[in-house]
Amino acid sequence: MNAALQLEVQDLYARYARAIDDGQFDDWMALFDSQCGYHIIPRENVQRGLQLPIVRCRTRDMLADRIVSLQQANIYNIHNDRHMVANVTVLAAEGESVSAEADFVVFQTDSEGQSRLFATGRYRTHLVRREGRLMLREQTVILDTAAVPTLMATPI
Amino acid sequence: MTSEAQRFTWPGNRLQHIPFGIFTDAQVYQEEQERIFRGATWSYLCLEAEIPNPGDFRTLFVGDTPVVANRAHDGSLHAFVNRCAHRGAIVRREPFGNAKDHVCVYHQWCYDQRGKLVGVPFKRGVKGLGGFPKDAMSEELRMRPLRVESYRGAVFGTFSDDVLPLAEYLDPQFTAHLDRLLTRPVEVLGYQRQVIRGNWKLYCENVRDPYHGGLLHLFQVTFGLYRNTQVGGTRISALKGHNISYSLQGTDKVDAKQAHADVGTYREGFQLRCPELLSYQDEYGDRCGLSIMSVFPNAVFHQISNSLATRQIRPRGPHEFELYWTYYGYKDDTPEMREHRLDQANLAGPAGLVSMEDGEAIELVHRSIRADPDQHSFVAMGGDEPIETGTILVSEIPIRGFWKQYTQTMGIPAGSEA
Repeated sequence: MNAALQLEVQDLYARYARAIDDGQFDDWMALFDSQCGYHIIPRENVQRGLQLPIVRCRTRDMLADRIVSLQQANIYNIHNDRHMVANVTVLAAEGESVSAEADFVVFQTDSEGQSRLFATGRYRTHLVRREGRLMLREQTVILDTAAVPTLMATPI
Repeated sequence: MTSEAQRFTWPGNRLQHIPFGIFTDAQVYQEEQERIFRGATWSYLCLEAEIPNPGDFRTLFVGDTPVVANRAHDGSLHAFVNRCAHRGAIVRREPFGNAKDHVCVYHQWCYDQRGKLVGVPFKRGVKGLGGFPKDAMSEELRMRPLRVESYRGAVFGTFSDDVLPLAEYLDPQFTAHLDRLLTRPVEVLGYQRQVIRGNWKLYCENVRDPYHGGLLHLFQVTFGLYRNTQVGGTRISALKGHNISYSLQGTDKVDAKQAHADVGTYREGFQLRCPELLSYQDEYGDRCGLSIMSVFPNAVFHQISNSLATRQIRPRGPHEFELYWTYYGYKDDTPEMREHRLDQANLAGPAGLVSMEDGEAIELVHRSIRADPDQHSFVAMGGDEPIETGTILVSEIPIRGFWKQYTQTMGIPAGSEA
């Protein structure tokens, strides 16, 4: 195992989680490559070979639209997210590209200060090295929590 | 047959004032299970395309009763309560599968694809001792069947022997709409699910409420998918409980800002980088880019641009329900259209750009009304007009239609002039 690469990937997941939990979506977008995809798909669809996602952003522009809509248009529950990312595993590294997976848990705290488990699942991540930095090329969120509580506005 | 719901008052006689207690009362909820979901209604079960092959089954809920929908070896469709006749255990635990029979894990009682009991271990005891009483193993000992009918591949079930035949229950305007949506062989694309902490009827109101569409869901307003100024309307069934709210594309020439001068949610200069997400290919040749068809009591068939889905409402006690979305396309879709439909899955469901707000709106209502069962909501947009098909989208008349069929099915004497 390449310890430096392991730490680098762990650090990327950590910055990814912090950016979402802090509502810093520009910082979050900055972790993605200019050519990128972001998908959330229920695990039960994946298992049955069904492609239907919950969120499907095939391009950086589609992802940008999603974030603008979140910031400008959508109305959703007042909440605070807390991501826990664990079991970060580098699956393959070849040249400039890296494949990794990690498990996540998201707790959501409502406006009354009550926290609940919101979602759990696994990230399937493809990274590409640009000018020395690892950037997200494809981020697929496989959602165990297929039955989404209330609604899903902020990214996972 | 008096109803628990009569403990609450229904002021006026047009069903414009709905008692909050009807949404939160535990006894009313139990009565709904009996009179609505196990009463003279047809509940939407699934699409035939979900169980295409002999032996295919899927589990689901009618009200809060667990049900198996099963295609038998001869291709016929069946549905039965997913509960062992022995001690009441759930028999089929998987959401989907294919099987020649169904075996309860608890004591291995075995049922066929119609829910009939076909095997009981140690039925005659062991070495001549024990066993079940001989006369106890009657034909009635089985998983309770529902009557099943399919309309163009949409499968409905009922516990009632008296309900109208399905096509009549659906009403000609609504079968015509299903003819439109289900005219070509269907391919299931996948599922989305959402659990909302509110009463299931708040969702029935929501989907019969075109008034909120142009106000709460800013995304679709801004990009012209739906505006209250478009040509459209609401179609209402003879029994009043079903509704189609629809709008036609490209029918309001006024610019969106002008049309929404008094709508606080309109944002100028908010543009999509990928407007093709919303593009509508007029596959039915009628320019109808949005149609939300709700069927009393538990179904919605939506067409949001080229996104097609059914929604099954699954109550889970008075304070929670699950929405179960089944997305589909057509088997003969081009690869481009298939991709377009998958892209447009972004629009609806729990993270839907034009639908996520509904989860929040329903919870906001439910949280606040629990404290005051004897107070009322005010459902009068559209005026004192009778509950009929209309051409105004700023309307709550279809909501009153829901309450008309609801009160009649529950045996509540209310709404005599509605």
